[in-house]
Amino acid sequence: MSNHLLSLLIWLPVVGAIPVLLAGAGRPGLARWISLLVAVATFAASLALLPAYDAATGTLQLGESLSWIPSLGINYSLAVDGISVALIILTTFVQILVIVGAWEIIQNKPHQYMAAMLVLEGLMIGVFCATDALLFYVFFEAMLIPMFILIGIWGGPRRVYATLKFFIYTFFGSIFMLVGLIYLYHKTGGSFAIADMANVHLTLTEQAWLFFAFLLGFAIKVPMVPVHTWLPDAHVEAPTGGSVVLAAVMLKIGGYGFLRFSLPITPDASHEFAWLVIVLSLIAVCYIGYIALVQQDMKKLVAYSSIAHMGFVTLGIFIAFLLVRDSNNPDAARLGMQGAMVQMISHGFISGAMFTCIGVLYDRMHTRQIKDYGGVINVMPIFAPFYVLFAMANSGLPGTSGFVGEFMVILASFSANPWIALFGAFTLIIGAAYTLWMVKRVLWGDIKNKHVAELKDVNGREIFVLSAFAAGVLVLGIWPEPLVHLMDASVARIVEQLAITKV
Amino acid sequence: MSLSLSILLTIALAPLVGSILAGLFGKVIGRAGAHTATILGVAIACGLSFYVLYQLVWGGAQNFNQDVYTWFEIGRFHASVGFMVDRLTAMMMVVVTFVSLLVHLYTIGYMADDPGYQRFFSYISLFTFSMLMLVMSNNFMQLFFGWEAVGLVSYLLIGFWYKRPTAIFANLKAFLVNRVGDFGFLLGISAILYFLGTLDYQTAFNHAPELVGKTLQITQNHAWDAATVIGVLLFIGAMGKSAQVPLHVWLPDSMEGPTPISALIHAATMVTAGIFMVARMSPLFELTDAALSFILVIGSTTALFTGLIGIVQNDIKRVIAYSTLSQLGYMTVALGVSAYNGAVFHLMTHAFFKALLFLGAGSVIIGMHHEQDMRYMGGLRKYMPVTWITMWIGSLALAGTPFFAGFYSKDAIIEAVGESHRWGAGYAYFCVLAGVFVTSLYSFRLLYMTFHGKERFTVAHGHGHAHAAHAKHDQPHDEDHADTHKEDAHHTPGVLEHAPHESPWVVTVPLVLLAIPSIAIGFLTVGPMLFGDWFGKAIHVNEANNVLGELAHEFHGALAMGLHGFTAAPFWLAFAGFAVATYVYLFNPSVADKAKSALKPVYEVLNHKYWIDELYFAVFAKGGVKLGEGLSKVGDAAIIDGAIVNGSASLVQRIAGGARRLQSGFLFHYAFAMILGLILLLGGYWLIGQ
Repeated sequence: MSNHLLSLLIWLPVVGAIPVLLAGAGRPGLARWISLLVAVATFAASLALLPAYDAATGTLQLGESLSWIPSLGINYSLAVDGISVALIILTTFVQILVIVGAWEIIQNKPHQYMAAMLVLEGLMIGVFCATDALLFYVFFEAMLIPMFILIGIWGGPRRVYATLKFFIYTFFGSIFMLVGLIYLYHKTGGSFAIADMANVHLTLTEQAWLFFAFLLGFAIKVPMVPVHTWLPDAHVEAPTGGSVVLAAVMLKIGGYGFLRFSLPITPDASHEFAWLVIVLSLIAVCYIGYIALVQQDMKKLVAYSSIAHMGFVTLGIFIAFLLVRDSNNPDAARLGMQGAMVQMISHGFISGAMFTCIGVLYDRMHTRQIKDYGGVINVMPIFAPFYVLFAMANSGLPGTSGFVGEFMVILASFSANPWIALFGAFTLIIGAAYTLWMVKRVLWGDIKNKHVAELKDVNGREIFVLSAFAAGVLVLGIWPEPLVHLMDASVARIVEQLAITKV
Repeated sequence: MSLSLSILLTIALAPLVGSILAGLFGKVIGRAGAHTATILGVAIACGLSFYVLYQLVWGGAQNFNQDVYTWFEIGRFHASVGFMVDRLTAMMMVVVTFVSLLVHLYTIGYMADDPGYQRFFSYISLFTFSMLMLVMSNNFMQLFFGWEAVGLVSYLLIGFWYKRPTAIFANLKAFLVNRVGDFGFLLGISAILYFLGTLDYQTAFNHAPELVGKTLQITQNHAWDAATVIGVLLFIGAMGKSAQVPLHVWLPDSMEGPTPISALIHAATMVTAGIFMVARMSPLFELTDAALSFILVIGSTTALFTGLIGIVQNDIKRVIAYSTLSQLGYMTVALGVSAYNGAVFHLMTHAFFKALLFLGAGSVIIGMHHEQDMRYMGGLRKYMPVTWITMWIGSLALAGTPFFAGFYSKDAIIEAVGESHRWGAGYAYFCVLAGVFVTSLYSFRLLYMTFHGKERFTVAHGHGHAHAAHAKHDQPHDEDHADTHKEDAHHTPGVLEHAPHESPWVVTVPLVLLAIPSIAIGFLTVGPMLFGDWFGKAIHVNEANNVLGELAHEFHGALAMGLHGFTAAPFWLAFAGFAVATYVYLFNPSVADKAKSALKPVYEVLNHKYWIDELYFAVFAKGGVKLGEGLSKVGDAAIIDGAIVNGSASLVQRIAGGARRLQSGFLFHYAFAMILGLILLLGGYWLIGQ
């Protein structure tokens, strides 16, 4: 069993979706319970990764490989390192909360909603496990389908525009990536294994083309400025669960892609163009911060805030090049890259929690406009502390997970170039400004109108979901070392590779 | 005898446990349960803090420096949670927990009728925990944690009465202005990691001398001195937390919070965190004259110019708030001339007398049934004698009357500035001397307007009202006030429903307990703390900068210093302030109005606080929103989505539209196209063949 753990993690939720669908619209209760059971089982299985995975070496482990399309040299091969393990556990954790969160909220075809969520979960885990580039690509693309369905069926009024924009945007990016992968397939002499691609000799020009192909694919996913505009639209139209998964897990796949493809395959081009990614990341922090400030819709605000926070992920990854190659400071590079990884996990909790909070309010008021709220704390005294906690985490308050990653990235980037740290640290001000200004207008103050006055406080189910997120935010904020340790050796290996030039 | 980790952990965690009990289980344990749990927690912390101080000073205990757990470890970098406890820490621990304990006690009376009773106790205990984590830290990560955590609690407490629009404006403002400081602070910490490779205090201090000669490349041909960069950046953090010009704007507004926290957080402890931090980092700051000059100029500007604003305030709490700003300026000045002991000493004496003044003001506010405007007070001394006498003690200490606590600390700072040759010391000397007059003027103005002279209020229902009948009104009901403004319909200014009265014992006992150190603490401790080697290695001063060491030669005991004080300039400046205040506010109140109209431009400038709030609001708040709107419209909507995304979508549509026209469905069109294609193809082959 243990040598097929990764397959189990991928296929358990996908296969588990079948009985959920079979339960049908007639038995929504059964469909919900089965999907919860599947999600919990998957989470339990993902926890089995912790003892099974040896964090000391940081290598790819628990590998499995099957020949899939032998004529093309495509294999079904899986393996994980510390980074994948962390992201997989994040995925399975969030999935439980998404299913509980949707419990009685989704009344329209709940079985299909739950099934789509489970399929999505399996495919996302697949992305984090795949070591064959084409297998990765298949999961990467297939993931779009359930998300497309989730937004398209359970979404808001402009869901058609949003789904199309979401689909075409991301598909557009990944086409270039596919071309790049096929080119590499030829260079390796017929292998899609990522490890083989990393070993292939490439000129700087070749690397540059490949780098931009990957950049398009992953930058759209993250998303980075200026290819970010699909995200706010997708979030606004997505149902709460869709937003939570999108923000908490799917965006991370962009950052993960950089680590798995851009860094090992095109290290010299990545070094050459690191400044571009760094500048775009800093623009994400500052420019997007100002745009978030003026949003009228809470979901849009948090969506923009996600873009700004994901800026630290790309920043942390790419300053590593400056630190390793220009400043010869590999430890600082590790610090920055760890910061990026911790930020990914942390953002999973915080964005998931923020979207859940907004969902809680939306379910009651059917509006996400900030101006329709005011004085919510007066009528929702249990909900309010959660909202404040997550807002503070979003503002990067120490003691919450939001601080850890940003702290590490800013510390590391100062060693690369103090100007980078200066612009990065601006998040302290602007991040607090847009988040807490929203809190002021939504939560504090006197009861604004009769709709607010009629609000009911969170129920037990919602308290469970919010508490689980809060636990993640606080535990990671107070004691990040276990997570850091899980990923440390893997990050160190990646940083070592960065130093080796291919040309 | 050495300090044990378990004792220190208990000190830090006992208030946290109390806070969690009161916060999460407030409904279950009730009001009495909440205040019992939190007071017990803080009392334990306070008792053990005294024990730790005793052990360090008289018990022969060694300084403590130990990690509790590893926060992260990456390569050669690591961050941890741990404690460094020496005499400087121990003194801070005692001040924090002692004032906190008294404020907890006071709160029982002050907040008795507030629906947020448990929440309030939970917050102030959480504050105590955060502040202890800040002062006990042995590394920069935990320092930053405590630094921001106290900021969080400050945010929650300023906005405690969250229905008040002014309160929730003030708390957002406080948080954001502090974040500007923290922005610098975090960069300072990053610089330390970059240059010294560590976040641990002791390691950083040990390696500090290596900073000399190192520079930070700013542009291609411009580099800054490493120690100066670190010093200035760290101090920017202190400017936020300790409300130094130009980041001082949040502190006066923080008075929107309930009075007990004005005393605890916005006077005695949290705002002094910046002072403590610089003193703690003295081995780093001693390397940079430039950063210390910067500190000196900022501090002296704050000391004088915020004090001036205090003269024209009519809200009793705001006068004290501006006084706090000004006194924080004095502490900063002391740091700027390398008189770190002096800064910390003034921090301690100030904590007692300023907490006393705030709690006294709170007592007046209760007694006046929530009137805070001194123009509607006067003659209160006969109604509330304990508050009156203790407020006098606090004000005498603040004004620097010889033998009172504030005298020793403030006089030492002024002398130290006079002794210093650092760039900016001349300006600073003028500011701190002029500041003495100003301090004295607003202090006695406050006393006279509040406690002396004619009563400027009337009692609507007469004095004979049975006490029991209005017992409920004895307690604060600011919650009701939140619905309307202070000057609401059923509250005409200057008309009280009941006569003023002295506050209950839970309020007056803390006043008395604070009055004692306000009188005596300076006299008792000036010798060792200021001129002796009491702090040991906790504070490091280069021999060349040691102005207090110079002054120590002239120090012949606290008594002699007090007596000498009567002949020195500061005393006579303070006396002049006292005399002016006495004449204007006690004997001839019409002079105040005449002066106001004669000096109208000056009055306007001070009354508008130099228009700094308006400027910031226009530039940063409104400007920020305008910028965001502009970027949103131009960047995201017009360029990216408009031109590129939807533009390429419509380009595809146009191409597709063109292609569609080709598919006309007419056979001859297709035939024509086929023939054309054939010709081109054959032509092409022919051309290649040639």
